[in-house]
Amino acid sequence: MSDKVLMKGAEALAEGAIQAGCRYYFGYPITPQNETPEYMSRRLPEVGGRFVQAESEVASINMVYGAACAGVRVMTSSSSPGISLMQEGISYISGSNVPCVVMNAMRGGPGLGNIAPAQADYFQAVKGGGNGDYKRIVLAPSSIQEGVDLFVDAFELADKYRMVVMVIVDGLIGQMMEPVEFKTRIDVSTLKTPEWATVGRHGRDHANIITSLTLDAAGLEQWNLKLQAKYAQVEQAESRIEEYQMDDADYAIIAYGTMARIAKTTVRVARDKGIKLGLLRPITVWPFPAKQMQAYVGKLKGTLTVELAYRQLFEDVQLTLCDKMPLGWYGRGGGVVPGPQEILAAFEEQFGKGR
Amino acid sequence: MAEQMKVIYERPTSWANKVTHYCPGCTHGVAHRLVAELVDEMGLVDKTIGVWPVGCAVLGYDYFNFDSVEAAHGRAPAMATGIKVTNPDNFVFTYQGDGDLASIGMAEIVHAAARGWPITVIFINNGNYGMTGGQMAPTTLLGQKTTTSPLGRTPQANGFPIRVAEMLAQLDGPAYIARVSLDSPVNIRKAKSAMRKAFNAQVRGIGFSLVECLSTCPTNWKLTPVESMERVRKEVMPYFPLGEFKVVEGVL
Amino acid sequence: MEHNVVIAGFGGQGVMLIGELLARAGMEEGKEVTWLPSYGPEQRGGTANCAVVVADEPIASPLLTEPQAAIVFNRQSFDKFEPVIEKGGLLVIDSTLIDRKASRADLDVVYIPATDIATELGNSKFTNMVLLGAYLGKVNPISIASVHGALSVFLTGKKAALIEVNKKALQAGVDFVNKK
Repeated sequence: MSDKVLMKGAEALAEGAIQAGCRYYFGYPITPQNETPEYMSRRLPEVGGRFVQAESEVASINMVYGAACAGVRVMTSSSSPGISLMQEGISYISGSNVPCVVMNAMRGGPGLGNIAPAQADYFQAVKGGGNGDYKRIVLAPSSIQEGVDLFVDAFELADKYRMVVMVIVDGLIGQMMEPVEFKTRIDVSTLKTPEWATVGRHGRDHANIITSLTLDAAGLEQWNLKLQAKYAQVEQAESRIEEYQMDDADYAIIAYGTMARIAKTTVRVARDKGIKLGLLRPITVWPFPAKQMQAYVGKLKGTLTVELAYRQLFEDVQLTLCDKMPLGWYGRGGGVVPGPQEILAAFEEQFGKGR
Repeated sequence: MAEQMKVIYERPTSWANKVTHYCPGCTHGVAHRLVAELVDEMGLVDKTIGVWPVGCAVLGYDYFNFDSVEAAHGRAPAMATGIKVTNPDNFVFTYQGDGDLASIGMAEIVHAAARGWPITVIFINNGNYGMTGGQMAPTTLLGQKTTTSPLGRTPQANGFPIRVAEMLAQLDGPAYIARVSLDSPVNIRKAKSAMRKAFNAQVRGIGFSLVECLSTCPTNWKLTPVESMERVRKEVMPYFPLGEFKVVEGVL
Repeated sequence: MEHNVVIAGFGGQGVMLIGELLARAGMEEGKEVTWLPSYGPEQRGGTANCAVVVADEPIASPLLTEPQAAIVFNRQSFDKFEPVIEKGGLLVIDSTLIDRKASRADLDVVYIPATDIATELGNSKFTNMVLLGAYLGKVNPISIASVHGALSVFLTGKKAALIEVNKKALQAGVDFVNKK
């Protein structure tokens, strides 16, 4: 039949990155995403790429920084505590205007926490984590197929805007298997080395310098304004949302990633009971699909934000919908994943029977 | 007559025509010049990428005509590794101070040396954190007063200095490890010769190379340039002996 | 139409494998499938389980908090999953290894001496296939032929010789439920 293959998420996403033209991967072991570096270590040499196991996440992200300066498609992946160690590098890469992709298979925190699925790194991914005024594009797939497809977009967006693109998943997506099809294959020979890359002058009439340092305050402000203009452009053009069963919805659940997938079942169960519930699922959590959500003001009687975290996504929902409608929230932490019925119960508790 | 005149001294072409920000008597300028001369002499300007540290040499990239990147504090060896694997034919060197390399960046330098991949490290050992105002470094000598060891470094309070060249030479990865000094014309000539071997170790694909350069910091040492050179000879060299600590076959 | 099942037992009993077999067979039929394992220390603690969903429509939650069915290989898994199966759901139990009876009256429970049946067929290692057969004899999210097809993907090279006995074990499970 089709070209679908049954693959574990963490491996499928790695293959998705390779199909998207990624030829360099630097990483350090951490659960629940070890299948990604393991897969890369087998596959990258087969396609003329390089896999390097670094001595730490700190080294990983700085190796990524080096490769990114050479203008190649490069990525790393890790899980929450490891991503915390990478924040310095992510800030430098952002401040230097070079592209790369970072995947976070989020796990329970804070600290060592556990390895169960979580979404508690939302603020870190979306609002910052490293120093300075910078943004990353943050993509939040809710299925393996979508993750594979989004990896192509991740590298394209990173190159287009010269930005860090984060792909946030969790252990559940990483560990599960489902059929996946690799629809897009980027021919890396068609990817040109950017003119800004530090690859040696080789006859170029000037030296390329990549730095995040500008000692002069006025100069650094100008640099920041350039970054801000770029971020504004990204906000304008790149926000994405899935609107599920929203045509006649009275209420909407707002959730992303794994949580959104589970909430889809809640929507189905609720509709069987006669509740007109829909789902608004941000695919990009930065830029946040605010305009798309604001279009429902006046149409909805309320929303329930559901997340594997404590009021992180909810903060963006509040900023977006303010006092325009009743805003409910339900979340679980520490790696506990609520099922569809639990979410429905939370909805009914906060909004009655939805009639 | 003109065609008989011989050029015996000129500005290296890989040196950007700029005035550096280094203090009078600081040997960063000497180390920079040696890098530029070797890049010229070895015909590397088109394939060189310099990886600059956080420290006094943070603006080093401004002074050369080859491609450069600015690393995070201590991460230059990791960044250089990332650059080198994408273009193995390029010449990639890091230029790092003692705080950058031997304190915050110790993990990165040890693992880069252990991997043994051909990148070159120019390591400036001046016994303190110059840019931040002369705080104690991993290389600060016992008894040496700094702004964070105001009574002088003691083993009890501050632990011992680290001999980076000797330590890394214990690893199987490196191809060439040497310590040189930039205190006198004769030692500068020797330093250049060691750096040439280090560059060659990379160019010939043999492996990782590092040259530790005993350097001065007159401003923070509160000495004149001449006194600083004397201090290197009298106090620093006895603890940090000059020499080659590792030379694998083929390095010349 | 959606079928979902939790398969649970000790590591090494082939729990994950029959889940994957089910998922692969479903995929070969052009259905939507998900296979979600328990992972990490939980896995190393002794019990392993996976949740499999086979559906005609895109699958929403791969996480089963109230599965339609459970196939349990040991007592711990029985104790853990009996209470959460949805009302009127199916429970398939290896009665060779589990002496307890189900306490819920609203479930369709199959007590099958799967380990004994597998041992008679030559090796207790085929217990998992007997249990899968019993499940497929009760509900049929996919055809037995598709499972046969998926077996040939798993068992290749030297292991291809085991395909026939696996098919027999599967059929023994189906027959056990059907003759009842």
